[in-house]
Amino acid sequence: MLTHGRSGHVWKFGNNIDTDLIIPARYLTTSDPVELAKNAMEDADPEWADKMNPGDFIVAGDNFGCGSSREHAPIALKATGLSAVIARSFARIFYRNAINIGFPILESPEAAEEIKEGDEIEVDLTSGTIKDLTSGKTYQAQPFPEFMQKIIKAGGLIKYLRQQHPQLR
Amino acid sequence: MGKTIAEKILSSHSGRDAKAGDIVIADLDFMIGQDGTSGVAIDSFRKMNAKKVFDPKKIAIIIDHSSPSPNEGVSAIHKKIREFSKEQGISLYDIGCGVCHQITPEQGHVVPGDLAIGADSHTCTYGAINVFSTGIGSTDLAAGMISGKLWFKAPETLKVVFKGNFPKGVYSKDLILNFIGKIGADGATYLALEFYGDVIKAMSVDARMTISNMAIECGAKVGIMEADEKTLAYEKLHATRKPNPVSADKDAVYKEVIEIDITKLEPQIAKPHTVDNVSPISQVLGTPIQQAYIGTCTNGRLEDFQIAAKMLKGKKVHKDCRLIIAPASKEIMLDMINDGTYQTLIEAGAVGVTPGCGPCVGTHNGVPSDGENVISSANRNFKGRMGNPNAFIYLASPATVAASMLEGKIADPRKYL
Repeated sequence: MLTHGRSGHVWKFGNNIDTDLIIPARYLTTSDPVELAKNAMEDADPEWADKMNPGDFIVAGDNFGCGSSREHAPIALKATGLSAVIARSFARIFYRNAINIGFPILESPEAAEEIKEGDEIEVDLTSGTIKDLTSGKTYQAQPFPEFMQKIIKAGGLIKYLRQQHPQLR
Repeated sequence: MGKTIAEKILSSHSGRDAKAGDIVIADLDFMIGQDGTSGVAIDSFRKMNAKKVFDPKKIAIIIDHSSPSPNEGVSAIHKKIREFSKEQGISLYDIGCGVCHQITPEQGHVVPGDLAIGADSHTCTYGAINVFSTGIGSTDLAAGMISGKLWFKAPETLKVVFKGNFPKGVYSKDLILNFIGKIGADGATYLALEFYGDVIKAMSVDARMTISNMAIECGAKVGIMEADEKTLAYEKLHATRKPNPVSADKDAVYKEVIEIDITKLEPQIAKPHTVDNVSPISQVLGTPIQQAYIGTCTNGRLEDFQIAAKMLKGKKVHKDCRLIIAPASKEIMLDMINDGTYQTLIEAGAVGVTPGCGPCVGTHNGVPSDGENVISSANRNFKGRMGNPNAFIYLASPATVAASMLEGKIADPRKYL
C-alpha cells in the first residue's frame, strides 16, 4: 500500500532509460516477477540488481520507461523491492503501466536534478513529498489526478476493478 | 471551438464532449495483444476473476515477437495464448502469419474512425488509416478485454505539415527519422500528432504506415492522418466494416503547428543508441556494417522489399555482411514470391526468416555479436534491442539498408537509383 512513507538510498540514471534497458526482451521468457527482478536494469548497469537493496530509489532524467509497452518493466522494478522511481518525466505507457500494477512513480524535475547518487531520501507517497536526508532539502512531486489516485490507493487496476465490480471478486 | 481528430474520436466513443485534458471512458472497436505481452494480460484477466471477454470478434492475439518459439519459456507462453484464444473464441494469428501491426489493418480489423488499443507500443501504426490507436500495457489490455472500455486522457495535438517534393533516394522513413531527430525522443510525450501535407497525400498507404508507426519514438500517443481516396481504396481491399472517416475541424486548437519542407532532405540515419540521434547520411557514410535487416512493422511491406530488390538485382550482398529479411506478413511474402522480389533478394544473398518481428526484438533470428554494427529498417536502436547490449544499431530506409549491403558499409542509396 502506498499510504506510508518509505526511505532508502538513491541510484541515479540518465535520460531516456528505455524498457530494453529496464528489462531486455531476451528475459521475457517468463512473467514471474522474482525471475524478472534478477535482470532488472541489466543493460544499463549489469550489477545493479545485485547491489541494490530493497527500499532503495531510482532517480532519473527525462522520459523514463520510453519504448516498448512491456508491463514486465515496472513489474521487474517493483519485484526488486525498489520503493519508487523519481524522474524528471516518464514515457506515457510506462506511467500507465506503473499505476496499473501499483508501483509508485513520482515526477519532480527539481528532485531529479539535485538529488545525488547514494543520498538517503524519504518519500511520502500520499503527499508526494520527497525529503533528501543527506542534503536536507525537500521537494514536492506533481500530484496524480484524482482518477489515478483511486487506482493507486486500491493497489493497482486489478484490485480497483474488483472493488468496483462485485461480480469480479 | 473546433476539435482535433483525437478529440473527435474520443468524443464519439465516450458520448462526451471530450477536449484536450479531459479524462474519458471510451468504447473500444478493436484490441490486440502479441506474444510478448499477452501472457501477462491473460494472467491479469484470470486475477480479475473474469470468465468471458466482452466480445470475441473485437480481439485478436498475434504470435509474432518470438515466432516460431526459440525456447521452452516462450513455448509455454505461446501455449497459454493458444489455449486462451480457443477458450474465448478470439482470433489467433499463429506463427508465420506476420507482425501484429501489419495483420490488424491487412485483415480489416480496424477501419477509419475507429478507436483501437494494443499491448504493443507500435499500435499507433493504424493512425495512417485514420484510426485512433495507441499502445497500452497488459493489465490495460485485460481490462479492455473484460469491459470493452478503457480510460483515456484526451491529448493535446501537434499538427505536422510536410511540404515540398520527395528528393531522389528519400522515403517516408527518412521524413519520420528527420522529424524525431528534430523534436527529440520525448518531444511529443502525452501528445497526439496529426500529419498533413501534399507529401503525405502523395504517399502510398504502406509508406504512411511507416510514419505513424514511429510516432511513439517521440513519445506520442497517436500519429494520425486524414482518410483520403487511397485510404478508402485500401479499406475496400481489406475490410468489410464500413469506414467512418474523421477529419479535424478547421478551427481545431493545436498545441503547435510544425511545417517541414522536405525538398532538400538527404537520406537520414538514426545512430546508436537512441532513435532521436539522427544525422544526414553524409555524416556516417563508410561506417562498416556486419549485419543488416529489412523487415518489421515499420518497413517490412511489399514496396520496401521491391525497392531493395531493384537495387540488389543481379548483384551480391558484400562478402563481409549478412542480410536478413522478414516480410511483415504471410500475404506480403506471397506477393513477394509472386512478383519475383523474394527470389531476387535470396539470389543476392539475403537470408529469409519467418514473417513476423524477426530479429528486431532481440529474442532470435539474428542476434549480433559484440562490437558489431547493424543497419536495420526497424524503428528502435536501443542498447541491447537486438539481443546484445554490446552491438550498435543504425536505423534507415530499406533503400539505404540495401545500398549499404552492396558496399559493406553505410552507403548512399542515391548512387544506385
